[in-house]
Amino acid sequence: MTELLSLSATEAKRALTQKEISAVELTTAYLEAIDQTAGLNNYVAVTADKALEMAANSDKKIAGGTAGTLEGLPVGVKDLFCTQDVSTTACSEILRNFVPPYESTVTDNLWQAGGVMLGKLNCDEFAMGSANETSCFGPAVNPWSAEVPLAAGGSSGGSASAVAARSALLATGTDTGGSIRQPAAFCGVVGMKPTYGRCSRWGIVAFASSLDQAGPFTRTVADSALMLSAMAGHDPKDSTSAPDEMPDLTKALSCGVKGMKIGIPAEYEMDGMDPEIVALWQQGQNWMVEAGAELVEISLPHTKYALPAYYIIAPAEASSNLARYDGVRYGVRTDDVQSLDDMYEKSRAAGFGDEVQRRIMIGTYALSAGYYDAYYKKAQQVRRLIRQDFDTAFASVDAILTPATPTAAFALGQKQDDPLTMYLNDVFTVPANLAGIPGISVPAGLSKDGLPLGLQLLAGAFCEDKLYATAATLESMANFTTSAPKAA
Amino acid sequence: MSVDKDTVRKIGRLARIHVPEESQEQIAGELNHILSWVEQLGEVDTSDVEPLASVTGHNLPMRADRVTDGEKADDVLKNAPQSASGFFVVPKVVE
Repeated sequence: MTELLSLSATEAKRALTQKEISAVELTTAYLEAIDQTAGLNNYVAVTADKALEMAANSDKKIAGGTAGTLEGLPVGVKDLFCTQDVSTTACSEILRNFVPPYESTVTDNLWQAGGVMLGKLNCDEFAMGSANETSCFGPAVNPWSAEVPLAAGGSSGGSASAVAARSALLATGTDTGGSIRQPAAFCGVVGMKPTYGRCSRWGIVAFASSLDQAGPFTRTVADSALMLSAMAGHDPKDSTSAPDEMPDLTKALSCGVKGMKIGIPAEYEMDGMDPEIVALWQQGQNWMVEAGAELVEISLPHTKYALPAYYIIAPAEASSNLARYDGVRYGVRTDDVQSLDDMYEKSRAAGFGDEVQRRIMIGTYALSAGYYDAYYKKAQQVRRLIRQDFDTAFASVDAILTPATPTAAFALGQKQDDPLTMYLNDVFTVPANLAGIPGISVPAGLSKDGLPLGLQLLAGAFCEDKLYATAATLESMANFTTSAPKAA
Repeated sequence: MSVDKDTVRKIGRLARIHVPEESQEQIAGELNHILSWVEQLGEVDTSDVEPLASVTGHNLPMRADRVTDGEKADDVLKNAPQSASGFFVVPKVVE
């Protein structure tokens, strides 16, 4: 069984195709791993019967020669993606009883490609958080934890934890400000946020619509390319879905970085940065040079303003998106109310957690009469400057190399007192969301405490091929093969 | 621009979130803490900068104005906390 779990998706796909293993065997191994690692709290629902049924169907398709690109590969789904007839809660009390009558486009694409659904994965409530601590199911735990339980990161903490714990071979995530890349770095797995518009947002519980993007969690860069190719694609049901063709990512994986220019942004070296992170970043630069790339010093002058701009734009969009949870059409309603307004106010106060309420309040304030220009418009103007910084940079470089996170995984509960401390986790990841460009976090080393550290690569909009070319090189140079101590 | 208890009450009302009297002070403090950190955006000269609302670079697609879906009343009502005879039920709004 352990051998089955140790296969990457690419390896498992080959073994399935050559009929060395069956999809039912593989899925059974993962369902057992889920049981075995239940203490990590990374699943909020396990769909074992559905998984076995889908796996049996995959075995038939493989036998019949009609296998899809992900045929028989077990996938965990962040509980933010609507899955037909399977509870979808966004890890919020307010949606605790919600069972969607429809399937999100991204998950539908995965099932069409032959993916096998294992269950729904824990995340921060409405994807708002960086430690998975705002989930109404409690936090997912990082499988790299020793005595003290460590944060798996957030918001897609369950996805990162499950892939690292080998209780999911592949997992979906969403990334609004770093919610894929930060947890991937914390858990030592590969997390990728595509160009805005690559993956349809249809059927994904909305947080900040101009920033939200779905992406894959995998153990290797090749698996990431495989999964993204299946997830992405133009969808008429999402008006912001991009019609642009996805480049051939498999080809990109083997093209190397010879002659490529890798930008190193001066502004990402921040005061008080963990020396281990600085050293790893330097190591990453050395690897790129060794692999034949040229380093170029670049400037992204508005980097410092990305976080404050994000914490106006994202809450503003959230305050609007979350207006739909009114206790009328779906979700939880509070009884014992005096009027319709009273019902709205009490249902929302009871159903939303503290962080979600805080962000709705900030967003409502930023959009309210008299403050709109000072906060929301200002943040959108800064957003344009951040986008322009990247446009200028990508005129002279193919990709940008940065740290993924300011620190390794921290202990659960450690950063709960001050929301700002938590927000600072996303300092390296937020700019890519504001600019709409793709980014990937690749595990690149271990801290002195033996915890995984990640490096981030960024590329220009719709240049996923360059992103995967550089990421595959980084992966092979870093040769990160340690698996999490608490993995199945 | 400092948020006080009155403003918290007002924002809560706009956001349709009931904020109990006893937590208004604390929430005002939290919001001020975040907003004062956001104030650093004031350092950036944005006088001639057009706000950026969408990064796609695409124009919103047009489509024919015709019905392509429907007849799903049961699905639509399936998750309603309260429904009757094909309608959502809410507390009485007209006396």
